[in-house]
Amino acid sequence: MEKETVLKVSSLDVFYKNRKRKLFSKQSKKIQALFDVSFEVQEGEVLAIAGESGCGKSTLARAIVGINKDYEGVIWQKYGDPQMVFQDPYNSLNPAKKVGWLLEEPLKVDKKRKWTKEERQQRVKEIMEEIELPLNMLERYPSQLSGGQRQRVCIGIALMRNPKLLIADEPVSALDVTIQAQIMELLRNLHKKLGISIIFISHDLRVVYQISDHVMVMKNGRIVEYGATKDVYRNPQAEYTKQLLKAAGITR
Amino acid sequence: MKKISFKKIIKDPYLAIGILIMGLVLLMIIVGFFWTPYDPTKMSASEKLQGISLRHIMGTDNMGRDVFSRVMYGSRVTLLIAMGTIIIGAGLGTIIGAVTGYYGGVIDEVAMRIIDALFAFPSILLALVIVSVFGVGWMQLVVSLGIAFVPSFARIVRGEVLRCKDMDYIQNARLQGVGSLRMIFVHILPNIKGVLASSILIGFNNAVLAEAGLSYLGVGSQPPYASLGRMLSDAQQYMFTRPSYVMCPGIVIVLMVLGFAFLGEGIKRWE
Ligand SMILES: Nc1ncnc2c1ncn2[C@@H]1O[C@H](COP(=O)(O)OP(=O)(O)O)[C@@H](O)[C@H]1O
Ligand SMILES: [Mg+2]
Repeated sequence: MEKETVLKVSSLDVFYKNRKRKLFSKQSKKIQALFDVSFEVQEGEVLAIAGESGCGKSTLARAIVGINKDYEGVIWQKYGDPQMVFQDPYNSLNPAKKVGWLLEEPLKVDKKRKWTKEERQQRVKEIMEEIELPLNMLERYPSQLSGGQRQRVCIGIALMRNPKLLIADEPVSALDVTIQAQIMELLRNLHKKLGISIIFISHDLRVVYQISDHVMVMKNGRIVEYGATKDVYRNPQAEYTKQLLKAAGITR
Repeated sequence: MKKISFKKIIKDPYLAIGILIMGLVLLMIIVGFFWTPYDPTKMSASEKLQGISLRHIMGTDNMGRDVFSRVMYGSRVTLLIAMGTIIIGAGLGTIIGAVTGYYGGVIDEVAMRIIDALFAFPSILLALVIVSVFGVGWMQLVVSLGIAFVPSFARIVRGEVLRCKDMDYIQNARLQGVGSLRMIFVHILPNIKGVLASSILIGFNNAVLAEAGLSYLGVGSQPPYASLGRMLSDAQQYMFTRPSYVMCPGIVIVLMVLGFAFLGEGIKRWE
């Protein structure tokens, strides 16, 4: 069966304002964070993006979902409305709102359709089941949840409107190892069940191996390696990938 | 979010003292709506400038009016003026601070330079200038004081909004398609309600003092229904002949200010 492309990124350059630049200085106003990035994501696959911190993984994710607006190149999406799970679950939930409210919000501001209160609550219940949290947690504030539970809520919020593409930006990096395994398990199950495409970002190559079909390795804002995960791990092409695998204790 | 429980309030001395003082003051004001020992406006030539006695527990003023009755009434005037001031000051200040902080850019720059310039004057001086434009009267007084209080609230709220707006949870909400107004008022403002609450109480304090100051200068509330500040101003010439006449309204002002200060501090610590 021929798979369809859901995301196609071509020759993407992303820029940030140069915050350190002084007024009237000759330094350029912008700094470029991504250079000529091109890749595709197929329907239903998990693409992992790996690379040390600061290489531009989050920059790429934020460009795809539309937070980073200053870019050149083309980001083509089959469906639109991609959603994102952020790295730090302690920062990505509004501390003034209860879990139930947070889950309902994406439906309240849905531009595609109106949801009645009953429909919203029904959907919230479904999602709570998907993210494996008991319904009594709907009444809790984020501060009353553990890191793992918070990240489940973040995943739930991202899934509320049934996105076809989910970007998970280091979703387990801020969590303990045992909790990491549980969240990875949850993501794998959701992926199997919902059949959505996922871009999974991580600096940890051991985590990447567990979940991805393809892997893309980045360094200093450029792609240095791309391939099927097994091939890349067995037979890395780029010197940088070899170093990373060695550092992760996967190859000797 | 912490549950509000009686035990916790009692444990925090600031909150407990604040609530106690404000409770007493409020009780006096509420009773004053229904009953005062004497008619606060009734003059009596035979009972001028009496001292503290069982008949007049705060004595009488230079026109023979019962000071306690007038304090009960005056506290109400002072509190209402302070409330009006805060509603205008905190309301406008919050909107200006939140909008400029959230949008940033040119609007923010311009608004903040104006606010900075206004902030350079003490609010009482600012209010004095505004009163001289609008004229004397209690409506004008409330509006002037309210405007004078806008800068401090705008600054506080703007700072808090700036702190919040780059948080992941705001980016996350933007990603879901939350519009700007909903973002400011539904997503951001609930996060700064603690800071806002304690600023409002401190603002109350300053409003009570500013009103007293303006009344003292003769541009505040008008007789015969005088605010506490006005009473103080009227009483000053009898400071040495009948000290109780100055001290009684003075003490009530001090109590109000202390009550608000303790409450504000208590709420700040509660957060
Ligand atoms: N808001 C920003 N303004 C300016 N530079 C930024 C900003 N965010 C990230 N950068 C820079 O862009 C580069 C890539 O950052 P990022 O995408 O966050 O890396 P990663 O997610 O891979 O750790 C880094 O050099 C970082 O300093
Ligand atoms: Mg990152």
